[in-house]
Amino acid sequence: MNARWLIADSRRLGVQAHGVLRAHKWWLLRRICQISVLGLFMLGPMAGIWIARGNFAASQIGGVVPLADPYILIQGLFGGASPAIPVVTGAIIIALAYLIVGGRVYCGWVCPVNIVTDAAFWLREKTGLTRDRKLDRRSRLGILAATLLASALTGTVAWEFVNPVSLMQRAFISGIGFGWAIILAVFLLDLFVSRRAWCGHLCPVGAFYGLIGRGSLVRVAAVNRDACTDCGACFTICPEPHVIVPGLKGTGSPLILSGDCQNCGGCIDACPVDVFRMTTRLTVPQAREGG
Amino acid sequence: MASSKRKMNRRTAITETARAAGAVCLGGFSLAALVHMARQADARALRPPGAQPEADFLSACVRCGLCVQACPYGTLSLAEWGQEPAVGTPFFTPREVPCYMCRDVPCARACPTGALDGDIAIRDANMGVAVLVGHEDCLNYKGMNCSICVRVCPIRGDAITLEPGEYNGRRIMIPTVHSRHCTGCGTCEKHCVTGHASIRVLPRDLGLGGSGRNRAGRKA
Ligand code: SF4
Ligand code: SF4
Ligand code: SF4
Repeated sequence: MNARWLIADSRRLGVQAHGVLRAHKWWLLRRICQISVLGLFMLGPMAGIWIARGNFAASQIGGVVPLADPYILIQGLFGGASPAIPVVTGAIIIALAYLIVGGRVYCGWVCPVNIVTDAAFWLREKTGLTRDRKLDRRSRLGILAATLLASALTGTVAWEFVNPVSLMQRAFISGIGFGWAIILAVFLLDLFVSRRAWCGHLCPVGAFYGLIGRGSLVRVAAVNRDACTDCGACFTICPEPHVIVPGLKGTGSPLILSGDCQNCGGCIDACPVDVFRMTTRLTVPQAREGG
Repeated sequence: MASSKRKMNRRTAITETARAAGAVCLGGFSLAALVHMARQADARALRPPGAQPEADFLSACVRCGLCVQACPYGTLSLAEWGQEPAVGTPFFTPREVPCYMCRDVPCARACPTGALDGDIAIRDANMGVAVLVGHEDCLNYKGMNCSICVRVCPIRGDAITLEPGEYNGRRIMIPTVHSRHCTGCGTCEKHCVTGHASIRVLPRDLGLGGSGRNRAGRKA
């Protein structure tokens, strides 16, 4: 039994060029981040160590700093709630933070469902499942709008009745009940129906953070794109392949500017010739650099 | 040529937009219907002290569980899938753990959204109202002097009293709830000695009759 079998096909070239560890650097950092955030919230209820109280919807860190999910708050406001100072402060802090690090950093670095959908994608590669029902990736914007409409119609926080993201983080912090069925459905959808179906096409939480991400500071850039060998590794690994095209193949800025990019660093890990780098809008010129 | 192309483009743009808007509405209405169905089940949910009326509560509460974690008695929990209240919202089941009516109401203080009123005095809490739903099993109705419910009530004398009465030709002492003072903490339900608690806390709209609608019931 060779443990190398576990390595995703899309990382093969990266591993050959740079070794196993470096070809998993960003992946490892992301998993550590996802697990630590969740772990921090679990420490209280499980071990009585109260660094963070609450959950991903709203929390209090160190007994002082309020945090809150702006998307859930906005649904509530559409549902007719009057805004309270702590939750609004918390939502602003979170929104500003993602404006700096990248909106969909939430998806790649925090959201626990990402681990499920990444696992489904990995299994797709391993089993050679190729069925890929074409979904429109703008569907998620429609679903986002629909959740706000439903919130207004029912006077509730409508998406929270089904949201797999909330269900899954609560599964670890307080409990989920039959909600596992929804998580399983997302997994099966990504495995059998369509490549990256949930996070890449349908999830309104991702759509919301993607909108924030349009203006974010931290960005991946194809700084070394002249070295590109057209091996396609970045496109295979990327959860949102369309975002790479302008930066890598265009003649303008090498920055990956789409709000859909998760700053997951998958492309950096996978590329055998070090085309990509994690950088910021300010350090990489918006126009083509070099010759 | 160019203008007809532009016209075509405009037409496709309009159809595209219309289709997207249609899909959004369809999705929105379906989700609304689902939420509406799920909410029928909420009718019996008991909320933490200081909760806004159910309709306002459901839009204000972000399902963060800060109230749950603030309660020193483990009274509250966030609803999971398959439980009655809206998934993720805080509720309690008095027969398991009642609300102990903390003087400083830590749960309501912890709420970041105003779904629970942090300024509430616990005596003004309105989690529900106790109702003697099973008088046929109530030991006091059988002529005994159980009166556990009255004795454990944290607001006894105001929220619940023993009133003399007659039942099946026997003189009995009837546990009588006074809704103006009862907070719905559920201590009576917790301690009732009969199988399923003969006295239970219900949300107010289920537990109270409401003032009369016809001439006879109306206040003069
Ligand atoms: S472009 Fe790179 S960093 Fe952005 S989502 Fe794709 S793989 Fe991740
Ligand atoms: S008042 Fe005290 S016992 Fe009652 S729910 Fe709140 S924290 Fe728990
Ligand atoms: S603290 Fe407030 S917002 Fe959070 S779960 Fe409790 S009632 Fe809802």
